Amino acid sequence: MATAASSQAAFTQQLKKYYTFYTGGFVAFVIAVGILEMMGVPIKILGYIFLFATIALYAGIGFMSKTSEVSEYYVAGRRVPALFNGMATGADWMSAASFIGMAGTLYLTGYDGLAFIMGWTGGYVLVALLLAPYLRKFGQFTIPDFLGARYGGNIPRLIGVLAAVLCSFVYVVAQIYGVGLITSRFTGLEFGIGVFVGLAGILVCSFLGGMKAVTWTQVAQYIILIVAYMIPVVWLSMKHTSVPVPQVSAYVSVLPKVTALEKEFNDKTTPKGAAEESVRAIFRARSAEGDRKLKGLDAGGATFLAEEKKALEDKVAALKAAETPDAKAIEAAEKAVKDFPVDAAAAKKAWTAEKGASARAAPVRAHAEAFPAAGKTPEEQEKNRAIAKKNFLALIFCLMVGTAALPHILMRFYTTPSVKEARRSVFWSLFFIFLLYFTAPALAILVKFEVYSSLVGSSFASLPAWVSNWAAVDKTLMNIADINKDGIVQLAEIVIGGDLIVLATPEIAGLPYVISGLVAAGGLAAALSTADGLLLTIANALSHDVYYKIIDPNAPTVRRIAVSKGLLLVVALIAAYVTSMKPGDILFLVGAAFSLAASAFFPALVLGVFWKRANKLGAILGMSAGLLVCAYYMYMTYPFFGVNAPKWWDINPIAAGIFGIPAGFLGLIVGTLISPAPSKEVQELVDHVRYPNLEGDIDTKAV
Amino acid sequence: MQLTEKHKEYWQRNLKLTGSLLAIWFVVTYVVGFFARELNAIEIIGPLGFYMGAQGSLIVYVLIIWFYAKRMNEMDEEYGVHEGDE
Repeated sequence: MATAASSQAAFTQQLKKYYTFYTGGFVAFVIAVGILEMMGVPIKILGYIFLFATIALYAGIGFMSKTSEVSEYYVAGRRVPALFNGMATGADWMSAASFIGMAGTLYLTGYDGLAFIMGWTGGYVLVALLLAPYLRKFGQFTIPDFLGARYGGNIPRLIGVLAAVLCSFVYVVAQIYGVGLITSRFTGLEFGIGVFVGLAGILVCSFLGGMKAVTWTQVAQYIILIVAYMIPVVWLSMKHTSVPVPQVSAYVSVLPKVTALEKEFNDKTTPKGAAEESVRAIFRARSAEGDRKLKGLDAGGATFLAEEKKALEDKVAALKAAETPDAKAIEAAEKAVKDFPVDAAAAKKAWTAEKGASARAAPVRAHAEAFPAAGKTPEEQEKNRAIAKKNFLALIFCLMVGTAALPHILMRFYTTPSVKEARRSVFWSLFFIFLLYFTAPALAILVKFEVYSSLVGSSFASLPAWVSNWAAVDKTLMNIADINKDGIVQLAEIVIGGDLIVLATPEIAGLPYVISGLVAAGGLAAALSTADGLLLTIANALSHDVYYKIIDPNAPTVRRIAVSKGLLLVVALIAAYVTSMKPGDILFLVGAAFSLAASAFFPALVLGVFWKRANKLGAILGMSAGLLVCAYYMYMTYPFFGVNAPKWWDINPIAAGIFGIPAGFLGLIVGTLISPAPSKEVQELVDHVRYPNLEGDIDTKAV
Repeated sequence: MQLTEKHKEYWQRNLKLTGSLLAIWFVVTYVVGFFARELNAIEIIGPLGFYMGAQGSLIVYVLIIWFYAKRMNEMDEEYGVHEGDE
């Protein structure tokens, strides 16, 4: 035992040494690329260097960790120290959505976006208190393993496999999408090719060495992503406040200024407020015009359409007949005729969009205001506010419980050497995740201040470089036009896409391109590491739980690992194929994965430890009830599916878990109480997982 | 395998600790979230409701997990259910 302990300590020391060297090497690499930039190497080449150097690095780690031992392949040999498992979990956890999307969501939605910040960190409290130590004591390979052993028989295991594959697959599609987006944006490759380049990056990490390789690459990826996130934010904070701690300066000195500017924009008596109002008046007029035409179309149909077109043509004729023809006005009028919708359906679409301009006429929302709501009467406003609050809290609940039920995260706690280390490891996991999540809201405030103070009020003739660059690259990220023709930028004239915030921060802070490349590498690391963990979860659930445990329990080790690697390849290709078709709303996909996982797994896992009486029938009923209720509600209410049934208590489909989770608990309790208590062996298993060490105990550790 | 009284006491204390920490978690998340508008009237480091959502609650979560790990690892030793040196 003593030698085992000292060898583990030596191993930890060695790891610390390796990763310190690695971090130093990476910093040197970034500096070297910076020098190349100063020597005038084109930006595109620098983008390629970052992309291929980091993927080659991950491949190198993957290759060095190649293994054909079952316990190394599935659980990294169960010798990952708490600190390093924390970093690996952090990278596993933080996806493209966290790295690139989070600060943008906060920029756009203010307080409401905090649901993601709180939900995706507070869930770890549940992981730490209710699951991680017990799963570690149980010590097998997958989450369905636990369900299979605790509830007996293949049905609970199979439902577990189904739910694990379903939510992980939905989630992995979102990750591969992020990978494709980043590679295509920073290297100019086509999206579809970007997806497959990224896929190669994912596979080289996980294919040869399974969990062992994924763990050590994830640690490396965590270091890159956190460095990449911090540098530009700290710099931006220095620029605005001369304090290099954005997490403090954003609240103490920047947020009050943002709030003051918001008030000014909404106050028509100030010069800025008046300018904003003139833009909003134009949007309101556009919206009213759209509304008028829609109503006319409903009443008059094709006749109305012809009349409208005639009116535009008359206008062109009148302009041309004028004494001093205005060339510009004629051109605009002719364009209006040319762009006139061809039929009623096209007209309806175009005019509905025009009517939607009213959204841009709304006053600026206060960043820190909780649950802002509009309404024609105070009662209506109060009602809308209550709905917003309810959805905010429900979403937090689903994200938290979902965190404590996503198999790719729970699986990571099988890899620590002991229960004690598993507990510590959850602490380190949240600590490393916290570093980024703690910073994202501050980043959102800093960028908002930059936009409100520097961009608004600047002249269209001399826009800041980052604005014109991004507006040229992608209209969905930065769309700016002089609506009221005063030559000055007003806030209502800017539309910003959420993903811009993190991607453009280096340029906003006035940093060289090398830092933009670093941020892209960080985003790529975040997406790749999460995709790795998810693909491995799916492949393991299929190879270990279905093939080995159910189909062929006598399969030799070599074949088990070969099957797993084969499946990994197949699943990865299917996921890349689905991604290249660009399915629906990514944020919804992510939310759906959380609600589904929460409803299917959480009740069965938690009651499996804390309620000895819970039995097989209960687990079957609970898991299927949770899964079905959650999926049913999403299907009925999410617009994508086209059913659009009325919502239950005004809860949005993204928080469907709020119904699925109670259904899961209810099903489990009812099913348990109508059938006999579990066998003595199962009850002993529960005692076994509850105590880190018992005399004369059974052993469930898989080898 | 027979559980002794001491074992049962260990589990009871674990449940108590878990329950209390979950209660803190609940208050920080849902009670504070529910009253966010009201708390925003108080200015400490920015409006309090916003600050709690953006940073305060996160700090509490980290502390909860740190405390649980420390306390449970001590309790394992106290009740003799700790693992060997592996």
